[in-house]
Amino acid sequence: MGLGERLQYLDRRVIFLVILLVILIPYVKPIGLPIRVSKEAAAFYDAIERVPPGSTVFLAADYDAASLPELYPMTLTAIEQCFRRNLKIVGFCLWPGGPPLLNRALAEVAPRHGKQYGVDYVNLGFKDGQEAVMVMVGASIRDAFPADFNGTPVASMPVMHGIQNFSNVHVLINISAGYPGTKEWVQQVGSRFRNALGQSIPIVSGCTAVSAPEYYAYVNAGQLDGLLGGLAGAAEYEKQVGIMGTATRGMDTQSLAHVAIIAFIILGNILGRGAGRKHAA
Amino acid sequence: MLRRELPLLITLVVGLFMVVGLFVPQRHFTAGRSEFEGWAIIIRAFAAVLGVANLARISALRIARRERDWGYQLPLLGGLFLMMVLGVAGTWFPAPLFGIGEGSLFNDLYLNIYVPMQGTMFALLAFYIASAAFRAFRVRSLEAGLLAVAAVLVMLGRVPIGALIWDHLPAVSDWIMNVPNNAAKRAILIGAALGAIATGLKVILGLERNYLGGD
Amino acid sequence: MLPESFLITMNGIFTLAILSFLFRDNPVYKTAEHLFIGVAAGYYVALEWQNVFQPNLWQPLVGAGDASPRWVLLVPFVIGLLMFSRFVPRYAWLSRWSLALMVGAYAGLAVIGAAQGDLIRQVEATMVPVIATENVPWFDPADPSGPSAINNLILAIGLFASLAYFFFSREHRGALGGIAKLGIWFLMLSFGASYGFTVMARYSLMIGRLDVLIREWPKVAPGVAQFCMGLFVVGVAVAAVLEFRSRRTGGGMGAT
Repeated sequence: MGLGERLQYLDRRVIFLVILLVILIPYVKPIGLPIRVSKEAAAFYDAIERVPPGSTVFLAADYDAASLPELYPMTLTAIEQCFRRNLKIVGFCLWPGGPPLLNRALAEVAPRHGKQYGVDYVNLGFKDGQEAVMVMVGASIRDAFPADFNGTPVASMPVMHGIQNFSNVHVLINISAGYPGTKEWVQQVGSRFRNALGQSIPIVSGCTAVSAPEYYAYVNAGQLDGLLGGLAGAAEYEKQVGIMGTATRGMDTQSLAHVAIIAFIILGNILGRGAGRKHAA
Repeated sequence: MLRRELPLLITLVVGLFMVVGLFVPQRHFTAGRSEFEGWAIIIRAFAAVLGVANLARISALRIARRERDWGYQLPLLGGLFLMMVLGVAGTWFPAPLFGIGEGSLFNDLYLNIYVPMQGTMFALLAFYIASAAFRAFRVRSLEAGLLAVAAVLVMLGRVPIGALIWDHLPAVSDWIMNVPNNAAKRAILIGAALGAIATGLKVILGLERNYLGGD
Repeated sequence: MLPESFLITMNGIFTLAILSFLFRDNPVYKTAEHLFIGVAAGYYVALEWQNVFQPNLWQPLVGAGDASPRWVLLVPFVIGLLMFSRFVPRYAWLSRWSLALMVGAYAGLAVIGAAQGDLIRQVEATMVPVIATENVPWFDPADPSGPSAINNLILAIGLFASLAYFFFSREHRGALGGIAKLGIWFLMLSFGASYGFTVMARYSLMIGRLDVLIREWPKVAPGVAQFCMGLFVVGVAVAAVLEFRSRRTGGGMGAT
């Protein structure tokens, strides 16, 4: 068996080892490549910047641990931006794994800005119902979420005073890993409900890179006001808010990993062609 | 009648109520619809518990029958009952030992057992995608070539190294995402929307009955 | 509630247990996997109890606090309980009523969502100028992917060609065949873009785990982290050597 053929049938664990070594390089020697902000990420940032200080936003954290590395940095950065602008956050989750992660994100950022739970922000927890919950939030969020994640009635919380549905908030920030998520918010809520300014409720989405290509159609149609796609989107957002977070630090590794995959594709095709010609001969 | 026709009638009435509700802004109708959505949330919760109860039943049977690898069902049932008791008992017993809030044992176990394991299971895909790229990604036709070229341009354009290789690479990647990708994804969205409307109407009208199962 | 160093060590050990699958399926991985399933299921039930049953059903039903009891909630309560009839084969058909209600509700929501959110808005968004106008240039070099007549034309052609590909009521021959072929090319460009984004997603997940193993764990539990990871590496190396030896002597299985 020639070298080419041996390489073609290489034990996949050797490939795993090569990939592991490649992605470990930036941990030993950080590169610090500059990050370019895309149009869609800039639009996400601008949509929140346009919200008047003192207003309330809805933050739907529709993800769980499987998408944590991509979506948790987006959640942290969104909360940071909202608190800097003195916006109140009403957070909730349509994925069961979401509430403790949202709790952790809010608890991490709030003390830096002197924000108080129940006064400046709240985590309403999880509801199982997908699209039904979305439509119900549009009619009455208090009927959908009568208590917060810890069981405290929302009627007793200052942050929920005057908040009945979308007509009392300015924007919906959706951090989404799949179903239910951005697509369903756009379908069920985007065309149907108005915000505090009487406009169609602006929806901005931070989503996994797997979902992002599909949502470009929504951005182009004006159904989404901004889009962050995957870790790169999270890094672009961190740059705009001025944070050196986990997403920014991960972009060096991401760059090298992509180059490695392209190298594997090219090498696999070269070796495959060589083997094909040999068999034909 | 009760086994077949009544469920179909329920589907018809409920489905039409949800669709017609969009066109009827009358206060009582909207309130009724909203009440109904609240019921859907509650019933879904029962469905979730049903799923877990079934899992526990199957695990217990495997242990009772000493089936192959029955030993692995012990940590499954142990973890299930531990989390359930810690979380549910929070209604009657005090935090932080019981309950689901921040700082509780339930929360700690979720963040340090569930989160790392689910995260790592999906992280394994990074290695398998590399292996698949090497062994299975073969460019043998024009169409496959287009796919490969688009993949390479987008992969490089979306990360910082792309701008170092060629100034205009990010712009090319953006163009691919916003024009040809947009066109194809929009076609898929429109096609899927037509399919969803057709299937939804078939289910509501009782033409599609597979969800009822056999008699 | 538990010390941070203990929690992060638990986090790290379970991460390594799942990573061991990369070498080969093994009892450590299987045990961790089954524990994960159990913890996930128990978590889900507890969350449903605290976040749905209590605030949305039980408390309004019995009239907790100053509120009067809402007896109408007995209806979803009974319908939900009917789901459990599936465990008794003789009465399993009762669960069809619950199922019918849910299927009808979500079919209705799906019809509305698809029609209003996807179909109408996406078709509307395609009705854009394909020749230059006052507000739309032929092409904008400052924003090559932005709205311009050329981009709109390519978008419209690509959309119709891709839709033509999915039209299977007629054989793809002649003019329809040619347009469908063009549609396939647009679809391939789109799938290539999706592949690129998928690669990005998968590596992000690995980066997240490496952050915990290499940055957080040694910081919070120094010594313990290095020991556990060292043990893991030695364990995998020993297993690899043993497997290599057994292959050379002609026995044993290995991953291909």
